[in-house]
Amino acid sequence: MGFVFYLISAFAVGGALAAVLLKNLVHAALALTIAFFGLALLFLRLDAQFAGFAQILVYVGAVAILVVFAILLTRGSEIPKEGVFSKGWIAGLAISAAVFAVLAWAVLQAAPWLPNEAATPALTVNDIGNALMSRYVLPLEIIAVLLTAALLGAVIVAMHEKEKTNQ
Amino acid sequence: MIVTPLAAYLIVAALIFAIGLAGALVRRNAILVLIGIELMLNAANLNLIAFWRYGPHPELLTGMMFAIFSIAVAAAEAAVGLGLVISIYRHAKTTDLELMNRMKG
Repeated sequence: MGFVFYLISAFAVGGALAAVLLKNLVHAALALTIAFFGLALLFLRLDAQFAGFAQILVYVGAVAILVVFAILLTRGSEIPKEGVFSKGWIAGLAISAAVFAVLAWAVLQAAPWLPNEAATPALTVNDIGNALMSRYVLPLEIIAVLLTAALLGAVIVAMHEKEKTNQ
Repeated sequence: MIVTPLAAYLIVAALIFAIGLAGALVRRNAILVLIGIELMLNAANLNLIAFWRYGPHPELLTGMMFAIFSIAVAAAEAAVGLGLVISIYRHAKTTDLELMNRMKG
């Protein structure tokens, strides 16, 4: 593993840590953008160009902006006086540390070798498009329906309710 | 103990997953909980892409497709989740999860 991998990983992990720890929610959203960007760079290092650029377009471009909009609409940029961490934060921290310990143990104990460590897969976006239109066409259609339904549902949920008049 | 490239990526993904889980469990603000969930989904995507890259048959595109569909589902989840947060804020005038302790409107 080269220096670049460690640099990008530190970028992504540091962004994620800052997103979770920063008190001001706007700063947390910006740190989240850094984490998404680092993850996109990791995808690019794994020769997954399409997934990397989809990550940048969807997460850095859309989800981060959506988070910032939600923060500003709910006045989340004001730091609450009673603190940003919940009462049971020790339990939450212990659970996540235990989850990380189990995952890292499983990774390090598992078979350390997979057949494709050296060769880079020669795949173009053309191949991905062909696969999406042939073998994976049904999931693609279902995703299209899901996205439409989710966007309609989000608009309806967040739409301002009219005041009901009691008669 | 030799750390292979795959194991290094998996450990980075596990770290980001743990950070996202901690964010979802520890923070009081509903938007921060959604941010934690997004981080966890991203860590899962990193695992899928790493297994696709180092797996025996990358030309079948299985892990790649899984990751792409997962990105699309995560985008839908973020839209609905933030819409719910805005709706709750309008109703309860807060996004603090410790204060949302009744199910009755």
